[in-house]
Amino acid sequence: MDEKRRLLGRSVIGAAVAIALCGAVHAQDTIKIGVVAALEGPFAAGGQDCIRGAELALKEMNGMAGGKKIEFIKGSSDATPDKAVNATRKLVEQDKVQIMIGPLSGDEGIAVKNYSKTQPGVTFINGSSGAQATTLVDPSPNFYRFHTEGAQWMVGLGEHALSKGYKKMYLIAEDYGFPYSQVQGFMASYCAKGGHIVGKSWVPLGTKDYSSVVAKIPNDIDALLVVLGGSDAVNFLTQYEQAGGDKPMVGGTITVDQTVLNFKGKRRESLVGTPSAGPMADVLDTPEWKKFVAGYKANFKDGFPSPSLFAYLYYVSTRSALEGLNAVKGDLSDGQKKYRAALQKLEWNGPAGPVKIDENRNGIGTTYITEVVKNADGSLASKVIKTIPNVTQTLGLSKAEFQKMGLGSRDVPSCP
Amino acid sequence: MTRLWRWLGIAVIAVPVAFFIIWALWDNHPLFLRTLLNGVTLAALYFVVASGFTLVFGLMRNVNLAHGSLYLLGAYLGWVVGQITGSWLLAVAAGFVVAALVGLVLQVGVFRFMPGQDLRQTMFTIGLSIVLADIMLWIWGGEIYQFDPPALIFGKTPMPLIKSYPTYRLVLLATAIVIGFVLWWFLNRTRVGMMIRAGVDDRAMLAASGTNVQMVFAITFAIGAGLAGFGGVVGGTALSISPGEDVRYLLASLVVVIVGGMGSIIGAAFGSLLVGITEQFGLAYAPTYGVVFTFVVMTLVLAFRPQGILGRKA
Repeated sequence: MDEKRRLLGRSVIGAAVAIALCGAVHAQDTIKIGVVAALEGPFAAGGQDCIRGAELALKEMNGMAGGKKIEFIKGSSDATPDKAVNATRKLVEQDKVQIMIGPLSGDEGIAVKNYSKTQPGVTFINGSSGAQATTLVDPSPNFYRFHTEGAQWMVGLGEHALSKGYKKMYLIAEDYGFPYSQVQGFMASYCAKGGHIVGKSWVPLGTKDYSSVVAKIPNDIDALLVVLGGSDAVNFLTQYEQAGGDKPMVGGTITVDQTVLNFKGKRRESLVGTPSAGPMADVLDTPEWKKFVAGYKANFKDGFPSPSLFAYLYYVSTRSALEGLNAVKGDLSDGQKKYRAALQKLEWNGPAGPVKIDENRNGIGTTYITEVVKNADGSLASKVIKTIPNVTQTLGLSKAEFQKMGLGSRDVPSCP
Repeated sequence: MTRLWRWLGIAVIAVPVAFFIIWALWDNHPLFLRTLLNGVTLAALYFVVASGFTLVFGLMRNVNLAHGSLYLLGAYLGWVVGQITGSWLLAVAAGFVVAALVGLVLQVGVFRFMPGQDLRQTMFTIGLSIVLADIMLWIWGGEIYQFDPPALIFGKTPMPLIKSYPTYRLVLLATAIVIGFVLWWFLNRTRVGMMIRAGVDDRAMLAASGTNVQMVFAITFAIGAGLAGFGGVVGGTALSISPGEDVRYLLASLVVVIVGGMGSIIGAAFGSLLVGITEQFGLAYAPTYGVVFTFVVMTLVLAFRPQGILGRKA
């Protein structure tokens, strides 16, 4: 009996040592990176494309960065802040990831940024969430966003609308953070250069019946500024058409996407010429973009016909994290000090322009002004007509001027 | 004294509403009239769906929380039929027939075995709606579907004072009025209608007098479910169909039936009008808080008339 017990004791110790050794070896050769995206809920389709973007970035480097093997551990949210924090917390505290990538949408980003302050040993890299406040208000020293955000994506569109002769416009937008930022990005320059937004309709997200909103649109305007997501935009357009509306439209970054371009209403034709803006475009004539699209198509047979905005943003975020690891040869010691210094200095040529960050660790990047054109086969696509490089988070204004304007909200900015 | 209080209560609500109407007419009368018309036509859509719900829930006391799923299922299958045949009218017919068949199966296969057991019915239909929602998401995906109505009823019709109004919404209003009248006539003036009402009041007595009660109930359930599917196609033409619409219309139907009074067709009409008009005025004059008004109306009605505007005391 005694013999048996001793044997058991030895085996346990032996096993423990073996596991400890394995663990140590494991830790030296691999770096764990957590990836959180909204794989459930309203953005589920976009969330899947996020993961494709992240995987593409890793695949291009053959699963290695800084001489070490990279292991992705995925977590899912449903686009609500608490779910995003829970998923992130699980990856950080239970799976002990050293770098976190995510989340997808605006309010989630703010929540994860706040959580990142409690985990100074882990570096957080934003996935695709585009709220202004994440990096502008009370930034976290270990939270990085390598792409630009909602307001930056609309810079230059205001001037473009004016150049088309749209001096008086009416706004229809969803009532939450992301459209506030988008509208600010548009209005900051539009108002300054003499344009007027004569009225605003902030409608609840997911509104189906826009007939009364349409009834409110005044007659003496030149164009509409429509910042609605895919299905809301389609509903609005159909009902506007049924009510006999004929004003041209200017769209937000996610207004004129493939759902809208492919919708089968009779107003489709009138979409031709609709301007919009964003951090990328479906068709860009650069070798970097072509390589990115070719890689996406080759790797993901079940993906979209071309990479979505989400895939692009997660690709940029993940690639930046990996480039940083390459720069320090995978050295995450000393509270990741060297790694973070490398991230701060990082500059590389992304699929849609150079990637770099400012002192708040927010992206400075390119914004593309696009217009809807008709292809030879009758299908609609968006085409780049103007490129605006080096868009900063203060929208090209000085810091003092930007602070005077304040963050975008229902009433800010205003120029009736 | 109580009469005085009642008049006071009515005055507290009516006076601000009257002031608002006068102000809105003076400020911008085309907007006011358009919004009113929008409210009435949206009410028409709500009425089509909710009248089916009031038959099943209000009259037969079957708690069918899968009513919204029947709406969405009818809409999707109607869309498929519309794509294949190219006919909008066939799509509408398909929406009605498919939902009615599913309703028939539900009554004969499930509800027959749990009469009067509210909790079991609730649990079963909630489960069913979740399963159906997932299956529909699996088959039709998250895209937005819209029907193309015939050119005759698309476009706009000239109107006095507000210049023009979408023709389709006027057609929708006319359809709802016809459905409402036919239902009222069916329930109050026909033999089957009498049987339904008798069966609801005293099932055993009706069975004893030689009527096949199960048959009567199956027909009622099928008509109620069919109206949901019909509403799916008609509503999908006016607005659009996508995942999540099932819950929206279930909620709308619940509010309409609670406000209007359970089991009353005229009550459902009143409830739809109140909910539709409130929703549209909220959206036009205070878009941010538009959603709140609907529930304010429901709360007020429940506070002062718990049985609904035209409901009978339980």
